[in-house]
Amino acid sequence: MEFFSHQTSFPFMATRKWWYALSAVFMVVSLASFFTRGLNLAIDFTGGVNAEVSFSRATDVDAVRTQLTAAGFNEPQVQNFGSSRDIAIRLPPDAKQSATEVRARLEGALKAADPGVQVVQLDVVGPQVGGELRASAMYALFFTLFFIFLYIAWRFHTWRLSLGAIFAVLHDPILVIGFFSITQMPFDLAVVAAILAVIGYSLNDTVVVFDRIRERFETNRRSAPATVLDESINQTLSRTIMTKVVTSIVVVALLFLGGPVLKGFSAALLIGIIAGTYSSIYISSAIALDCGLTAEHVFPSVKKAALDHLP
Amino acid sequence: MLEYARWKYILIAVVLLLGLLFALPNLFGEDPALQAARKDHSAVTSDGAKEVEAFLTERKIHFEKSYLDGGRLMVRFGNVADQLAARDAVNEKYVDKYITALSFAPRTPEFLRALGLRPMPLGLDLRGGLYLLYQVDVNAAVGQALEGYAQDARRALASAKIPVKDVSTIAVGSDKPNAVRVLLPPEADVSAARSALTQALQGLSISTDSLASGSAISGVMTTAQIRERQDYAIQQNITTLRNRVNELGVSEPIVQRQGVDRINVQLPGVQNSAEVKDILGRVATLEFRLEDMQNNALEAQQLGRAPLGSKLYTHTRFGRPVLLKREVIATGDQLTNATSGQSQEGPAVNIKLDARAGENMLKTTQANLNKRMAVVLIEKRRETSEVDGKKTTRDVTDEEVINDATIRGVFSNQFQITGLGAGEARELALLLRSGSLATGIYAIEERAVGPSLGRENIQKGVTALVVGMAGVFLFMALYYQTFGLVADLVLLANVVLLTALLSMMRASLSLPGIAGIILTVGMAVDANVLIYERIREEVRKGVSPQAAIRSGFDKALSAITDSNITTLIAGVVLWVLGTGPIKGFAVVLTLGILTSMFTSLMGSRALLTLMYGGRRKLARLAIG
Repeated sequence: MEFFSHQTSFPFMATRKWWYALSAVFMVVSLASFFTRGLNLAIDFTGGVNAEVSFSRATDVDAVRTQLTAAGFNEPQVQNFGSSRDIAIRLPPDAKQSATEVRARLEGALKAADPGVQVVQLDVVGPQVGGELRASAMYALFFTLFFIFLYIAWRFHTWRLSLGAIFAVLHDPILVIGFFSITQMPFDLAVVAAILAVIGYSLNDTVVVFDRIRERFETNRRSAPATVLDESINQTLSRTIMTKVVTSIVVVALLFLGGPVLKGFSAALLIGIIAGTYSSIYISSAIALDCGLTAEHVFPSVKKAALDHLP
Repeated sequence: MLEYARWKYILIAVVLLLGLLFALPNLFGEDPALQAARKDHSAVTSDGAKEVEAFLTERKIHFEKSYLDGGRLMVRFGNVADQLAARDAVNEKYVDKYITALSFAPRTPEFLRALGLRPMPLGLDLRGGLYLLYQVDVNAAVGQALEGYAQDARRALASAKIPVKDVSTIAVGSDKPNAVRVLLPPEADVSAARSALTQALQGLSISTDSLASGSAISGVMTTAQIRERQDYAIQQNITTLRNRVNELGVSEPIVQRQGVDRINVQLPGVQNSAEVKDILGRVATLEFRLEDMQNNALEAQQLGRAPLGSKLYTHTRFGRPVLLKREVIATGDQLTNATSGQSQEGPAVNIKLDARAGENMLKTTQANLNKRMAVVLIEKRRETSEVDGKKTTRDVTDEEVINDATIRGVFSNQFQITGLGAGEARELALLLRSGSLATGIYAIEERAVGPSLGRENIQKGVTALVVGMAGVFLFMALYYQTFGLVADLVLLANVVLLTALLSMMRASLSLPGIAGIILTVGMAVDANVLIYERIREEVRKGVSPQAAIRSGFDKALSAITDSNITTLIAGVVLWVLGTGPIKGFAVVLTLGILTSMFTSLMGSRALLTLMYGGRRKLARLAIG
């Protein structure tokens, strides 16, 4: 079975302005949403309390909210999830109280409403821990980008290809963050981990395409660069799509079967994979072309190479 | 012809066999179990185990298997009801002998366990339990050290007969922080004082200032000393927490340092967090002091002040106030063991002190026969209150005299404390035995997962894993036919190797870890796809099937290594910077890349060579 005819020949380079435009729209929308709406940061980053509570009978969300407010909790967010007995509670961070006190008070307030209530899960993150986790997530993002840039600079001998790869590395996480900003899905530590995986993973495709570009330039020095790039992308197209389809199978399985804990994580991966496929097919190589990439840049000069082999 | 070196076959076979062996224990699942450790910390003997087995049989509690594991007795049960019944029975019968804990025991067959092979431990999100992150008050540890130095200074100056105006400790916030400051009156001999202090305050940097009202000598702690003191406090707190956790009877607890001044505690299966945290966070220590028999405590209480050289304790377990001498004979840190037992006068705590405290005790008891000695229990806790909208925390110290008895004989490092209830004696012995916390700790992060949620998480994770893998396998087989089946086998080998590595490392498996395994399967496919697409290309070019396989592998190599390096970078950064479940994900991701490189480059090549290498007439490849 094959999805692709033996030799596809889509004119990616000739139509690149359209793909740039599409990408630009997505990025602008993502960034605009990020700067205006921001992210729905989970308590990992803000500090606060997250509780999942199972009541012994169906319970009214508003009643629970009133009860918690009466018990002295500020702005409790109370939601149903699953059934009418299961309730998720989120409380903002409270610098005045230790984790232990918050727990005791929360349990007390809920027990008053329903003695049979069960706290299924309770996370209390102190504000200082939240700040630190936010910092360590930023560090992780920074170091990953730093090492990947180093790798790109070392791997591709010309800045024209490097620029294309760097664009892909920035493009994909921006779209993922945009998705989380627009949907306001909770942005937690696992999503950060997924974004880092996406950065590494989406670069895979770009590297594979660039590898092929190098190979093609070696054998066809006379061809126009645009032709070589088109050929390279077309030749690797079936691999790019195949790999992504297979990875998407497992990510979709995670998204729908993995439960609420992994929802954000797998959504981030899925968006990242789609964005990564798009950027490596339509954008990275096109940027290199617009920077004036030719065979000369990939193989600097035949003379120099020959000289290197002299004793 | 297509060939592959023999040593590579052997290597692959050996790695796969080892992988299967190490991964095997994960297949058997877990049973509810009861874990029993001896209270005196010695190993449970096989006779002891037989005795418990016989006792359970006699009580008609059915158990599956019992065995010794690291000095502890593990008894496995078919269901939770038996497990709970057994715990109650054992607790009742062997109250002074064993500490029990409910846990899960793998159903691993005997021969695997004998080889030391174990399944991956499950993380708290899969098993249920309590995660606590404690902040250690390291500044208080430095403060305590300064207090100690101040006492040394007072003593040295007194014995050198040098008059002193004041000895104080200076913590943070002044121009000379972390210092002991001695103020001398004008008539004092400054150089004599300095030499006395230099000796008493060894290691501190000593400086002298002239003031209008005399002179001041300061001893400042160096940065290295401060760090050492802080590290010591953390280490001691970790040891104490570990001891307390063990005394509580939690199975497979984790207590470890995190960062500069944090301790993270993971208690699988613990539900009643309030009680556990109360015991873990208690800062309790003991002081042994002589009673001041010359003065009347009631009189001192009415006056509101204690006579010179004594301290008034109004909070006592026997209801009347008591005056105790300021000198401390021994403290809880000098204790080497404490057990509860029986004496002629009822329940008692048997105390054993270290040599130095024993010597001190001997001198004191010799000189003070038939006088009274008291035991003071000191507990510290942190209180947070709000004053004018500002949060203030202060440390509160509760001192309680728990025992006051006549010294009946001369003793040194071994003696009994009597006059307690049976329960009190046991609790005191536990707290003393587990040691005191060097400084206060308070929880800044707490995550609790109920056991049902843990089960649900693991179920969902496994379902996603099975469905995702099945989808991938089916797709590969349809798309690449025979080669797809080869890829499926290779993917399976990859999961086996990854599981084996994780089991060997004893890395605990969390839900993100399961997600990492699933993702690894998806990504490991990439290497196979790269190779197969290359082979297809070569076949299209008209290359002979076997040459196509060879050049497919050769040409895909650089793309495979290249594309994996970028993901490896992200994985390693997360491994280094992440904590908890995120670290679990990073470990799986990183190891998964390595195992998938091995299986898809070497494993699938070996398999394909075996299948196609020897055939002389091979018209076409079944690669779809």
